Amino acid sequence: MSIETEVLWLDEHRVVSLRELVEISGLGEAELLELVHIGALQAQDNVSGGYSFSARVITAARTACRLRDDFELDTHGLGVALKLLERVHDLEKEIARLRAEMPGS
Amino acid sequence: MKYTDYYAALGVERGASADEIRKAYRRLAQKYHPDVSKEPGAEAKFKDVAEAYQTLKDPEKRAAYDALGSQPQGEEFRPPPDWSRQHGGNGFEQPSFDDIDFADLFSRFGARGAQGARGGMPGQDFEVPAQISIEDAFHGTTLSLSLSMPEYDANGQLRRVPRTVKARIAAGAVDGQRLRLPGKGGKGFQGGRDGDLYLDISLKPHRLYRATGHDLYLDLPLSPSEAALGASLEIPTLAGAVTLKVPPGTSSGRKLRLSGRGLPNPRGGAGDLFAVAQIVVPGALSDAERESYQRLAENSSFEPRRHFRGDGT
Repeated sequence: MSIETEVLWLDEHRVVSLRELVEISGLGEAELLELVHIGALQAQDNVSGGYSFSARVITAARTACRLRDDFELDTHGLGVALKLLERVHDLEKEIARLRAEMPGS
Repeated sequence: MKYTDYYAALGVERGASADEIRKAYRRLAQKYHPDVSKEPGAEAKFKDVAEAYQTLKDPEKRAAYDALGSQPQGEEFRPPPDWSRQHGGNGFEQPSFDDIDFADLFSRFGARGAQGARGGMPGQDFEVPAQISIEDAFHGTTLSLSLSMPEYDANGQLRRVPRTVKARIAAGAVDGQRLRLPGKGGKGFQGGRDGDLYLDISLKPHRLYRATGHDLYLDLPLSPSEAALGASLEIPTLAGAVTLKVPPGTSSGRKLRLSGRGLPNPRGGAGDLFAVAQIVVPGALSDAERESYQRLAENSSFEPRRHFRGDGT
C-alpha cells in the first residue's frame, strides 16, 4: 500500500502548544515546564498565558525523552545534557559553515 | 526467527545480578547512544544493547527470555510450545512466529502499563534518515520510503508489515531539516494513536556546490589574468547558467555573491550563491606564456609580501 502523506516541517514557523508537545515528545507536562524553567528548552512569548513552542523544540524534546529513558536521567541531569548537546550542535553547524566557505573542501 | 543472545549483547553472564546488568548497560549506553556517540555503527550497536536491556532489566521479561533456553547467537529458532501462553503478555496467544522479530516477542509485556488516556497502546514512532541531492532540495522531491513496521492485527497478533510511505518534500529543505509525518509510524492497538514518522534530512555531497543553510558555495577557479584584469564569466547555478562579472584585482578567497541563487526558502526568498575565487596557474607553461610572465615580473611593482617586512606594529 502506498500513500502520499502530510509532511510537517519542524521549523520556527510552526507553533505547537504545551499539550501537543507532551503528546508528541513523550515527556510529562511537569518535566517539560521544568526544562523550560532551567533554560534547556525555549518556550515562545505568549500573551494569552499558555505556553507555546516553535516546532523546532519537538526535536529537542524527543531527544530529551530518549535521554531520560535510555540513561535514566532526572530532569536536572537532562537539562545539563540538553544544553551541552545544543552547544555541540551549534559548533558542528559552525564547522560545517566554515568548511562550506573553504575553497577546495 | 533468529535467536538473540541478550546476555552476550551486554557482555554479562546469564546469572548476572540486576545491578551488574544495569552497570553493563550504562557503560555501553555511554559508548554507543546515538545522541552522544560519533562512533561508526553506534546506532545499530545501541539498538542491540537497548533491546537486551529492555528485556533483562524487567524480572517478568527476563524470566520469559530465560524460559526460551540458551541458543547460539543468530541460530534459527522457535519458542517452545506453550511459551507464548505462559509468557506472551496480555494473555494473547501468538500462533505464528513467522512475521515477527525476536525483539517483538517481548514488546507486548508493557502493553498494560503503556495504555494512554484514550485507551489502547500507542504505535511506535520511527526516525528515518533521508539523504537527498542538492538538486532535489532546490526543486523539491517525493521520497518513497519502504519500511517494515511491527503491527498488531485485530486478533492481537504481532507481525511485521511492509509499508511504503510517499512523502512530498517541498523545495528548500536544508541539511539537518526535520520533518514529521503524523500517524505514519507504527499502528496503535486497541484505540491507541498511531505513531509518527520523523525524517532527518541530509544533503548528499555535490560535485560543485557546498551548502550551508540555504546558501551555496562554489569554487571559482580564475587565471591570473582574469583575476587581475577582471572578467565576465558564465557560472553554473541550480536554475541554469548566469553571467558573473569578476571585478579587476580579485584575489583568491574573495567571495562573489549571486543574490538569491542559493536554495529556496520555503517561507519566501532564497539563499545566496557565493563564488569563491581561486587563482590557479597552469602546471606547465608554454614558451610564450613563460616569456609573458617574465616580462610581467620585470615590469610589475606589485609586492604581495610587503607586510612581512613589518614596521613594529
